Amino acid sequence: MNTIDKSRQRVFHLMLLLPVIALFIFGYVPLFGIIIAFKDYQPGLGFFKSTWVGLENFRTIAILPDFMPALRNTLVIAVFKVIGNLIFPVIFALMLNELRIKWFKKTVQTITYLPYFLSWVVLGGILLDFLSTGNTPSDSGFLNTILMKMGLTDTPINFLGNKDLFPSTVVVSDIWKHFGYNTIVFLAALTNINPSLYEAASIDGAGRWKQTWHVTLPGIAPIIILMTVLSIGNILNAGFEQIFVLYSPSVYETGDIIDTLVYRLGLVNQQFSLSAAVGLFKSIVSGILILVSYKLAEKYAGYRVF
Amino acid sequence: MLAKNLSVSRKLFIIGNALLIIIITLACLIPIINLLARSFSGSHAIIENRVKLLPVDFTVQAYSQVMNNSDFWTALLVSVKRVLLGVPINMLLTILAAYPLSKSNHIFRARKYYSFYFIFLMVFNGGLIPTYLVVSNLGLIDTIWSLILPGAVPIFNVILIMNFFRGLPEELEESAMLDGASQWTILWRIFLPLSKPSIATVALFSMIMHWNSWFDGLIYSNFTSNYPLQSYLQTLVVDIQSKLLSGDLESIADTMNVNDINLKAAQIFISIIPLCAIYPFMQRYFTEGLTLGSVKG
Repeated sequence: MNTIDKSRQRVFHLMLLLPVIALFIFGYVPLFGIIIAFKDYQPGLGFFKSTWVGLENFRTIAILPDFMPALRNTLVIAVFKVIGNLIFPVIFALMLNELRIKWFKKTVQTITYLPYFLSWVVLGGILLDFLSTGNTPSDSGFLNTILMKMGLTDTPINFLGNKDLFPSTVVVSDIWKHFGYNTIVFLAALTNINPSLYEAASIDGAGRWKQTWHVTLPGIAPIIILMTVLSIGNILNAGFEQIFVLYSPSVYETGDIIDTLVYRLGLVNQQFSLSAAVGLFKSIVSGILILVSYKLAEKYAGYRVF
Repeated sequence: MLAKNLSVSRKLFIIGNALLIIIITLACLIPIINLLARSFSGSHAIIENRVKLLPVDFTVQAYSQVMNNSDFWTALLVSVKRVLLGVPINMLLTILAAYPLSKSNHIFRARKYYSFYFIFLMVFNGGLIPTYLVVSNLGLIDTIWSLILPGAVPIFNVILIMNFFRGLPEELEESAMLDGASQWTILWRIFLPLSKPSIATVALFSMIMHWNSWFDGLIYSNFTSNYPLQSYLQTLVVDIQSKLLSGDLESIADTMNVNDINLKAAQIFISIIPLCAIYPFMQRYFTEGLTLGSVKG
């Protein structure tokens, strides 16, 4: 039995060999590479020979005029996304749950999932035309044409180029992409509610709204709490790909986020060390938030991630 | 279940609810229909923005132009290659990692060290620049491997499959072991056939991820000929956008051939055909797979 067990342990190690190597090279080596945040990295000198500068890069960031706005924009956009991406799917799941016609429900689901499966490049390409202001009001995009016809606005609204509107456009289009798909989890929870609870409630004289309030919502509350808690880790993720596709210099003031700043500093301006330092800041804060959210999820929702 | 004598307010609610759902659904669909209509419209109708939900001055000119656009086909080929290589590698490594990790600490004694190794990377990562430097120092820039190897082990998918494996009855494995089956046989002959729905789900997600990724193609390629399709589309989309938003109208008119707009729509539309074609059929699987993996208490 002992030899069988030994060989079994060996097989397990063997199976994990390739995944562990791949994660080492592309996960752990970059983690060690974070050292460059404390160096003045010169591509010609490489990791080891570049001079050590301690916390110099972090001091530079603190006085970098772009950093604080980027941090603020990140938090604002991410918080509204987290809230919207919880509330809308829950409401939509409740609405779908009221539907009794199966094919209708299924068609609606198939269509509303669609944007989730398209990349931000495709959605960006669609949105840029759809929200366009055009050269003159008469040739503005679909949405502005409709809004003007309905008399809601006289001139086309510059959803993407106006710095006051840009964050809202980002949040709404993100909800547009995700709400259908995010509904799945809540719908699954809704169908798991014991039907006898509804019967009991209606015998006690509860109407539909009361049943929703006292049976349905408490029934899906655990999953809502779980999703809220797990989204804490995303508070510094405002959605790099989306903003990268949609933003432009005229909206940097309200639309530039940490990740786009890291990209511009590092890959456009070639300031590797400075960029890595901003990245390290984000990685540490996010990491702590993720750990906290996992702990909370385990404590209050009994959910173990691993 | 519904009573025959529905109250008026209940009827109103049902109708209002259905109407609202239809409006929301249309909001998801209209931008895409608008895109499709533009791709089939004449260039003048597009530049004047007369195209709404149906093509104006119907033409397939844009599509025939795409057929002759070698940049498009080169990029499409890179994407196909990426999916064909990337998905099997993702799946192999995911399954190889998920199986041992699905065993209890008691059966696989080193499990807790490995799970720490995996979960640590879910929490902390090196970030953009260090990862870029690793890929570049390994000489992977401008190769297909730069698009495949950095994401070769999707840890979230490992967790999904691991959770599914855990849900399978232990007796299956015990009886197979009594018959002298090795761990490889148990994985290959028992676990995999039983996990088809969740494996299909994860394979679908891996495929979509590879098809949709564009940022890695953008930073890991020096030559546009190495761009996957989505990175190629990104250059089309963003170039035009930055000109539009800077309000430099003359340069738009100069640099942008009128045809480019419906050409862009046609290319974007072709790029989403594979996704639109597959996912409705996989819907059953991914709903199943997702809820199985993630909502387990």
